[in-house]
Amino acid sequence: MINVKDLTKRYARTIAVDHISFEVPKGQIVGFLGPNGAGKTTTMRILTCFMPPTSGTAMVAGFDVLEQPMEVKKRVGYLPETPPLYPEMETAEYLKFVGQLKGLSGAELQKRIDYVCERCAVVDVKKKLIGKLSKGYRQRVGLAQAIIHNPDVLVLDEPTAGLDPKQINETRDLIKDLAGSHTIILSTHILPEVEQTCEQVVIINKGKLVATDSVRNLQARARGAESIVIEVGGGNGNLQASSVQQKLERVSGVSRVLCKNQVDGRAVFEIESQKGRLVRGDLARAVVESGWDLNELRPAAMSLEEVFLQLTGKEKETPSEEPVATGARL
Amino acid sequence: MRNVWIICSKELRSYFTSPVAYVLLTLWGVVFGYFFWAELGVFLKYSMESQMSGQMYPMNLNEQVIRPLLQNVAVIGLFFLPMITMRLFAEEKRSGTIELLVTSPIRDSEIIVGKWLAAMLLYCCLLLFTVVHFLFLFKYGNPDWKPILIAYLGLLLEAGAMLAIGTFISSLTKNQIIAGASTFAILILLWVLAWSDFSNTGWSHVLSYMSLVTHSESFMRGVIDLKDGIYYATLIFLGLFFTARSMESLRWRS
Repeated sequence: MINVKDLTKRYARTIAVDHISFEVPKGQIVGFLGPNGAGKTTTMRILTCFMPPTSGTAMVAGFDVLEQPMEVKKRVGYLPETPPLYPEMETAEYLKFVGQLKGLSGAELQKRIDYVCERCAVVDVKKKLIGKLSKGYRQRVGLAQAIIHNPDVLVLDEPTAGLDPKQINETRDLIKDLAGSHTIILSTHILPEVEQTCEQVVIINKGKLVATDSVRNLQARARGAESIVIEVGGGNGNLQASSVQQKLERVSGVSRVLCKNQVDGRAVFEIESQKGRLVRGDLARAVVESGWDLNELRPAAMSLEEVFLQLTGKEKETPSEEPVATGARL
Repeated sequence: MRNVWIICSKELRSYFTSPVAYVLLTLWGVVFGYFFWAELGVFLKYSMESQMSGQMYPMNLNEQVIRPLLQNVAVIGLFFLPMITMRLFAEEKRSGTIELLVTSPIRDSEIIVGKWLAAMLLYCCLLLFTVVHFLFLFKYGNPDWKPILIAYLGLLLEAGAMLAIGTFISSLTKNQIIAGASTFAILILLWVLAWSDFSNTGWSHVLSYMSLVTHSESFMRGVIDLKDGIYYATLIFLGLFFTARSMESLRWRS
């Protein structure tokens, strides 16, 4: 559906996008990931025919953005970073205007307006001035605007930026809902968002393509030595973490044991094993044979955040708490 | 054509749903109302004197009231027109809605002409205000309507040129104040170029020929001169043409 090849965009002094190539099959949601200023918006603007690339080609829905921009524009719905809204218009009036711009008219336009209002949950603000709407509603009107002409491809630039957690969840669900009938490319710098909504990730940094793969593969790829989380419980509530730690360290193949958390009678450890050695069985045996309870034993999946930092070559900041689902930003 | 109308009606709607149109219409009504009252007062005083002295002075409504009034309409327009055009592109650029227009399947030229047409229609509303005043003259006097019609045609052409220039300048900036002020400055300059005809050199002729006023004189006298029509048409075309180039550069740069 989207086919980008060697795309480059050069401004006067900087290169915003540097020879990026990727493909998006029909019906998929692709996350476009990168820190601020990585070239996400520029790439999206090229895909939506807002600006031409300096070199390289981009095909959207089978048409080249340089050769046949009109055909591309008919098939793309675009939600820019700030939703393009006219505050002096009412919601329904605005959607009608956008629909007309995209070439709809008459009964079909009316049907689409009703449909997108329903879909994006803006029915109750249909007769309200957009200038008076809350941020969440504005975002949803922006989304409604993007899908009004039932485009093949949806380009969403940071669709959840500036929303509260509840609105973020609603927006994500809506986007997931839209996949299948539309091919979606969405940009974000919020990592959990990609893990939750996207099937495929394109990571760019400083205009260069860093990685493009499925979310699962990326996580697996970045996981080097196996890392295991284990929770041990004590027989009578007086578990000594230090003695457990010593015991675990003595298991062959274990390179490092870290006590992450200790509450009365229970302790959580993170264990790193040497590469290529399976230590789970030995660990379990060691715990049980010493008379403790083995409450939990699982591989610690690497979060996309760690993958991302690894790929973009940054130092990982020490997380203060468990990463908050929505707030972990780069 | 359909797309031009979509843009045009959207612009008109935003003129008339915001206070812009109403404030402009009101102020215009007040200012023109005063001009009408003052001009007619002078005329009435003159006609009284004519009667008192017992000899008939030459009196003509067209020459003595309507023509100076319509010339003043052009002058008031000089102050009002920048306020009509300053928001056309500047506001879209500031709020980011330009991205919606540019990524829609609609040509740049259709966007530009639609916006310019909306500004023209708002100016027509302003002119309608003046027509109402002249209806009174027709009720109580007997002016000739043909030169009035031609003068209005001249006003429309002149305003078209001014609005095209304003549209262009609005497309250069995100800031409405800058757009309005620059438009005003350039229009005033184009206006007073007429004064440069003091020496008899070639340059002074060229400069004064470029002035907006020089070309409105024949229209005001009730004469259609093709070269004046062409002058205004050229300005309109150039203004809109440069707007198109400016929109194109926005794509290459931003």
